Amino acid sequence: MTDHPDTAVETGRKGPIRRFLDMPPDTPAKTVFVAVAICLVASMVVSAAAVSLRPLQQENALRNQRINILQVAGQYDPARDVAEAFAAFEPAVVELETGRITDAFDPASFDDRAAAADPELSVALEDDPASIRRKPRFATVYLLRDDAGAVERVVLPVHGYGLWSTLYGYVAVEATGNEIYGLQFYQHAETPGLGGEVDNPRWRAQWNGLSIYDEAGEVAITLARTPPPAGEEYRVDTLSGATLTARGVENLVRFWLGEDGFEPFLANLRAGEI
Amino acid sequence: MAQTRRTLLVDPLVDNNPITLQVLGICSALAVTTSLKVSFVMALAVIFVISFSSLFISMLRNQIPSSIRIIVQMVIIASLVILVDQVLRAYAFEISQTLSVFVGLIITNCIVMGRAEAFAMKNPPVASFLDGMGNGLGYGLILMLVGFVRELFGAGSLFGIQVLPTISNGGWYVPNGMMLLPPSAFFVIGLLIWAFRTWKPKQVEAREFRIQTVEAH
Repeated sequence: MTDHPDTAVETGRKGPIRRFLDMPPDTPAKTVFVAVAICLVASMVVSAAAVSLRPLQQENALRNQRINILQVAGQYDPARDVAEAFAAFEPAVVELETGRITDAFDPASFDDRAAAADPELSVALEDDPASIRRKPRFATVYLLRDDAGAVERVVLPVHGYGLWSTLYGYVAVEATGNEIYGLQFYQHAETPGLGGEVDNPRWRAQWNGLSIYDEAGEVAITLARTPPPAGEEYRVDTLSGATLTARGVENLVRFWLGEDGFEPFLANLRAGEI
Repeated sequence: MAQTRRTLLVDPLVDNNPITLQVLGICSALAVTTSLKVSFVMALAVIFVISFSSLFISMLRNQIPSSIRIIVQMVIIASLVILVDQVLRAYAFEISQTLSVFVGLIITNCIVMGRAEAFAMKNPPVASFLDGMGNGLGYGLILMLVGFVRELFGAGSLFGIQVLPTISNGGWYVPNGMMLLPPSAFFVIGLLIWAFRTWKPKQVEAREFRIQTVEAH
């Protein structure tokens, strides 16, 4: 911000700036001058802040995403460096329809969010239980391999609408292709304490060990209104007081693990072809 | 105006509090007070914005044409708010995610605009800066009080640390879900206003009218 003196000192000789400052503020020329000057200074301050802080912000977003992938796959250790721990994962772009890994895109630079909005890379949905309007044709998955190089667990991106917001998260699935390891959302704006309880570790823990498909091969996961008995195979206790968020979570999980989502990929995984 | 620097800073805390006496800035006080941590960061952000916007507006007050003064004030306030938002996103990523749109909404916070228009346009920079900071502190104080009540009874925790063990975590406390919804902030602020006015009866406003008693014939 420019620092103008409060009172104009009367001197014999005046520079052009001094003369401008001494002008009564309500003349049209002065009004335009002040408007332009303020806008210029303000835009410089704002763009300087945005540009200089962008690398830090992007690093934060990336770190946050990686922490979530580590957490959902049970590999997160706060003492370890995130980038180092994340190196255990192999990102891969999957074509949803065939369920095969494709080399058409570089997984390091593939942008899932942009792809979901790109008409070339996505399809409009008519039957849209997760309320996402367009379904991407490709998605980045993360493969966690064991020491022998076999896939141990896969982390799949999911998203769908809850009550207030689109929930973005990951589902970790075991190499059997039929057992959930964990579910976690990294971005949402549901009511804290009600729908926001999707972040509650105790609630999330229920997802561990669930089976996805029943004997007929249909997605069988539901959120139950009454607490399911211990050892329940397909049901998770719902969130009380958050009917719409819970319904959204149920719909999005069922959609993404269903035939429109990652079912072909998981079938390939089960067959050992990934 | 015989205001010393001390009164400029201290007055808005209780005696002339922007929320409880002037009843301004209620919208954000409802939205961000579900947890203390978020309330605290929001309070800091508002204190920063209001102090410096008052300072800069006061510095420029003799140059600002009165026909565009509100817009000029808005541009200065908005720039500061964007600055805060960017800094939070770079250095306090998690908190900026929970605050989301509410930092941006500081721009429309009536307290900031009110101090700019009512005080900073007429007073020298240092006094304006202190006045802004005082009002920011007054706002922050109420935010923290409301946040304290709402987080304690709504989630059983303070600053995210569990104080009352809740049922969902295996304890005994059944959280009051209403405390997490915006209407509860209305109740808490209402009770605070009542408490403040009982403590300082001078704050009670005179009645605007009195219901006439019907005389018996």
